[in-house]
Amino acid sequence: MDVLAEGVRRAVGLLLGGDPEILEVLWLSLRVSGTATLIALCLGIPAGAALALTRFPGRTLLVSAVNTGMGLPPVVVGLFVTIVLWRSGPLGDWEVLYTPSAIVLAQAVIASPIVTGITLAAVQNVPAMFRLQLLALGASRVQMVWVVLREARLPMLAAIMAGFGGVISEIGASMMVGGNIRGQTRTLTTAMVLETGKGNFDVAIALSMLLMALVFGINWMLTTIQQRRVL
Amino acid sequence: MRRLIVTLVALVLPLTLVALAQEPRSRTVILSTTTSTQDSGLLDVLVPMFEKETGYTVKTISVGTGQALALAARGEADVALCHAPALEKKYVAEGKMRDRRLVMYNDFLVVGPEADPATIKGETSVVAAMKKIAAAGARFVSRGDKSGTHALEQRLWKEAGLTPATPWYIESGQGMGATLAIAHDRQAYTLTDRATMLAFAKRVGLKPMVEADKLLLNIYSVTEVNPANGPKVNAAGGKAFAAFILAPEAQAVIKSFGMDRYGQALFVPIAGKKDEDF
Repeated sequence: MDVLAEGVRRAVGLLLGGDPEILEVLWLSLRVSGTATLIALCLGIPAGAALALTRFPGRTLLVSAVNTGMGLPPVVVGLFVTIVLWRSGPLGDWEVLYTPSAIVLAQAVIASPIVTGITLAAVQNVPAMFRLQLLALGASRVQMVWVVLREARLPMLAAIMAGFGGVISEIGASMMVGGNIRGQTRTLTTAMVLETGKGNFDVAIALSMLLMALVFGINWMLTTIQQRRVL
Repeated sequence: MRRLIVTLVALVLPLTLVALAQEPRSRTVILSTTTSTQDSGLLDVLVPMFEKETGYTVKTISVGTGQALALAARGEADVALCHAPALEKKYVAEGKMRDRRLVMYNDFLVVGPEADPATIKGETSVVAAMKKIAAAGARFVSRGDKSGTHALEQRLWKEAGLTPATPWYIESGQGMGATLAIAHDRQAYTLTDRATMLAFAKRVGLKPMVEADKLLLNIYSVTEVNPANGPKVNAAGGKAFAAFILAPEAQAVIKSFGMDRYGQALFVPIAGKKDEDF
């Protein structure tokens, strides 16, 4: 137990002291996971809405695939993204392996099915009669989808939280495609693994406290927005 | 909702652009190396020196030696700093890598619980010690991850003419630090490099049992990737890194590295020496 107590004590010191390396790691994690979540929203909201509002053969199969994708293991994504981005791989010419962009790409792949799946469920929860009513009142299809999405906005904020929370705490993909390079691709989670490997448990504890505080802060903000207009 | 989306986009878009801005690859050297060089902190000193001297940016990919060399041999890196002589020589013979030269060594030791159930403490031959561990059925934790340390351990079992087996033989599949922690928890023997053992000395109560056998020398070499492996290999960058780490300045840093933190140097520089000298 001394390790924990001593770790927490030093962790607080490191955080209050504003250690530049820890701040850099924090900033990179925020940047990368924020961008990946944004990309996932851009892909997942239209895809989820389309899946919820249309009927076509094979739809159930596709929805099952999305639901499976919500639990996609990051290390599997990491492996395949690495192979694709290798110099000898199909996207080798992009030369982005071991850069923050590679982590953004892998995390977007992880978060997209999460956002798609939650959007799908949220939009399906809006009663079908409501959609019919909108069309009867003379709304165009685009207007109808926009109003339905507005109606579903509260559960969709959960999609942002789940997507962001998923990717900022993921380790397997960041480690494989980023390479945990100091000052370039070291994120909160990969730094934690490295510091544990070095035996610097206090720094690892500081980083985990930071990660949890960060995820809590962002969820708190989004929950505040989500709950504001609910009585 | 619309305002929320606009705000989110306005906040995140600049970040996207920052994240996507890249430097050209020709000034980038990918160094494929083992976890032990990274965990010891040596590269945190050497890499900035090299970057300052040459203007290259180094991407250090630190993984188990097996993976580090496999990546290099595929042309996914430009230069390798590893400690698995047999594997390195094999890739050089196959033409995938070239110009293997010795850089430095440190040493391995067998550590174990104070109670020493196999009574190997003070044994001068590591192979004899391994035989005793197996005969006593005393617990032994193996890295089991194809790292350089694991390769050496397998060689020691082979020299002892033994095939280690469960239940006393435990494979951790993890790095050296995690493996030491498991060995400590299970009160088991394990094979470790000295740098990691020193880093964990405070938290792991295992004691040195066998050391200073010639078989326990851990020799690191720098090997360049053969540019024939692919048009994207930065051969000039790889060559520059190899030249840097073998030059007197870097060798002097290696010689004193670790003195301040552990009171003893972690590595012995040996640029210019040959395998036959050991």
